[in-house]
Formats: sequence, C-alpha cells, structure tokens
Amino acid sequence: MQTHGSVPAHSELERRAWKAAATVTDPEIPVLTIADLGVLRGVRVDDAGAVVADITPTYSGCPAMNMIAVSVDVALRNAGFSDVKVNTVLSPAWTTDWLTEEGRTKLKAYGIAPPQGQTGRHALFGQDDVECPHCGSHETERLAEFGSTSCKALWRCTACGEPFDYFKCH
Amino acid sequence: MTTLHIDDASPLVLYTLRLADNALVLGHRLSEWTGHAPMLEEDIALANVALDLIGQSRALYTYAGEAEGEGRDEDAFAYLRDAEGFRNVLLVEQPNGDFAVTIMRQFLYSAFMLPFWRKLMGSADERLAAIAAKAEKEAAYHLRHSAEWVIRLGDGTEESHERITDALADLWMFTGELFEMDDADRALVERGIAVDVSALRPEWERTVDEIFAEAGLTRPADVWMQTGGRGGRHSEHLGFLLADLQFLQRAYPGASW
Repeated sequence: MQTHGSVPAHSELERRAWKAAATVTDPEIPVLTIADLGVLRGVRVDDAGAVVADITPTYSGCPAMNMIAVSVDVALRNAGFSDVKVNTVLSPAWTTDWLTEEGRTKLKAYGIAPPQGQTGRHALFGQDDVECPHCGSHETERLAEFGSTSCKALWRCTACGEPFDYFKCH
Repeated sequence: MTTLHIDDASPLVLYTLRLADNALVLGHRLSEWTGHAPMLEEDIALANVALDLIGQSRALYTYAGEAEGEGRDEDAFAYLRDAEGFRNVLLVEQPNGDFAVTIMRQFLYSAFMLPFWRKLMGSADERLAAIAAKAEKEAAYHLRHSAEWVIRLGDGTEESHERITDALADLWMFTGELFEMDDADRALVERGIAVDVSALRPEWERTVDEIFAEAGLTRPADVWMQTGGRGGRHSEHLGFLLADLQFLQRAYPGASW
C-alpha cells in the first residue's frame, strides 16, 4: 500500500525516478505537482530495467492525461533514464482523498477551494460547506455544478463577492 | 475499407462495446451543444458531461479491443464502423432537440447509469469493475445536474413546463430498451460479470418518480417501447451523427495530428 505524498519506491534508482516524475505539474493547475494530486501512483523498475511510471486519471475524460504522460516521459528522460514507460491505471479509482495535505494548502493559496471532507454519498448529494479561498468566509453558494475543468465547480462568496473555483469532492 | 463485424463477437466484447457505444454516442450528442447552450454555465456543464462520457467510452473501447484480440483500438471502434455496427440504445442517439429534450434524455439515462455503475463495480471482471468505479462518481454528478434542471424546467414557467413535458412524451418510448437483456447478457450475469439490469428498474423508477413529483411531471402511462439499437437496428439519426463524428477518418484514412 502506498503512502500519499511520500516516496513509494524501494531501490535508490526508483527513488531517483520518483523524484524526477514527481516534478511534473498539472497543466491546468500548475501549482500542483502530479504527486500532490495523487495522480502519480508509483514508479518502479521492471525486470527488463525499464522505468515504469503509473499515473491515474482524476476523471475518465480528463484531457490533461495525454500531456501529463508526455511530461512524465520527458522528465524521466531528462533525469537520465532512457527506457521509460508511462502506464495509465484505473484501479483503485482516484478520489479527492488522494490529494495530499500539501496539495490542499497549495490549492487554497492559488485561489481554488480544496475539496471539503471525505468522499461519499453525502459529499456528492449533500450541501457542501465550502470556505472562500479569498476571505475565509463560509457564506458561499454554488453558481454552477461544472467549472473551467472537469474537476472543478464554480462558486461565489457572498461575503466578499468574489467568484472562485471549487475543486469538487469526488 | 476494412469491414468490421461484431456479430460473432464474444459476449464480453459485445457487452463492453454496448456500454462504450452508449457513452460515445451520448457524449458526441452533448458535444454538439458546445458554443450553443442557452447560457455559459450550461455550455460548460454539457461539454464537461460530454468529456466524461467520451472518456468512459475510450476506456471501454480499449478493453473491448484487448478482449477481442484482433488488434482493434479505440479509434477503430469509434471511427471505422457503420451505423449497423453500433450497439448503443436508441435513447442516446436521439437528436438534442431543445434544451429540455437534452436534459430529459440525460436525466433518464443518468438515473439508470448511476445504479448500473454501482452494481458493475462489484463485477467479477476486474477491468470493468475499475472502469465502473470511475464512471460511478461521474454519473452521480450527471444525475444531480440533470435532475435539478428537470425540476427547474418542470416547476418553472408555463413554457418551460410545456417543453419538458413534451420532451418526456417524446423520449419515454426509448426507456424500455435500457432494461433489456439477451443471451449474451444473461451468460455474463451468470458468471458475475454483467449487471442484471432488470433488477435496477425499481430504483430507477423511484428516482424518476421522486424527481417528477418535485417537477410537477407525471410518468407517462405504459406506451409501446421502441427497441433495436442493441441489435444494430437504429433510427435514421445515428447515420447523420456518425457522418459528423467519422468524417475526418473517412475522408483522410489514418490521419492524425
């Protein structure tokens, strides 16, 4: 079982490869690395000596996946690995619980409200209590279920009047 | 042009293709709204739902190709089959109509797919279970979004009520096909791979009744249910949809960028 945000690799080589792959940022939320997001699941060296990086999509149709795969490939090659494979895994399914604490802090500093609480039926159908990333007020309301990317919804703070993106609990 | 048959496909390939075709065709339909929706938020919402569905179809087509073992990839399934090769239900290929028709189609489908994916998450087939686990969360959003709009339109103005009522009357005849099963499905249900969709009907009806009650709509009385899409017999609309979707690969085979 992997620990989120730590280095889920065993050998020195794998640790070096993880560090290289973990520098890749999300093309749509450039303050987050794919390690912060929990999109980078693991990096291992297979029997043939190839470096295999496992990535997982946040949403099935996430259009950033191709770009992330290419960026991981480039990052590993730049770190000196020549035999590189980037593998997409679906299971276990990504949820917002995979987002690291550091990732949540970075999101908020960037002006995106991090997902509130744990995933589950209540989070999906219940009313979320979302804190405004600008002024900290909880007097907020949802403007639209879907926002600028698959993973976000559009909210508005009624205290400071600013609209903001909310990283949907998923 | 390569002729691509699926009539002799294994039950697993057929099952996976049917799910993939549903997702692709509905995803394409929704993408037709991009730039045309009644307001910016809905333009973005419909494009996002389309993206989820097309993403689901890609994962399913890829798996169908692997299970088939004849070297077909997602693009071969999406771009190189004619209408009779598609196995989607008739509901998803129906034209967008006005916003009410699009919302009602999405609601009837999502109210079915949410419990469907939840069951498929327990499939004995690990790959289908993994795809279902991702799709289930997406379907929950699609249901919430479309259900809220059904209520808003039904309980809105006289005109919005009339339009959503007409949409329901036009689309209800396509809902029966969602619950159909053939020998291929039953063989997979016995092996714990497929979902017994007949068992989903009570939950689907509960969801529909609950939302319709809030919206001031009445579930239509028993009508003759249209069927055929799962067997490759489609309405004329699918051919036009595919002419758009497949144009580039038909005109410039193998083109990529």
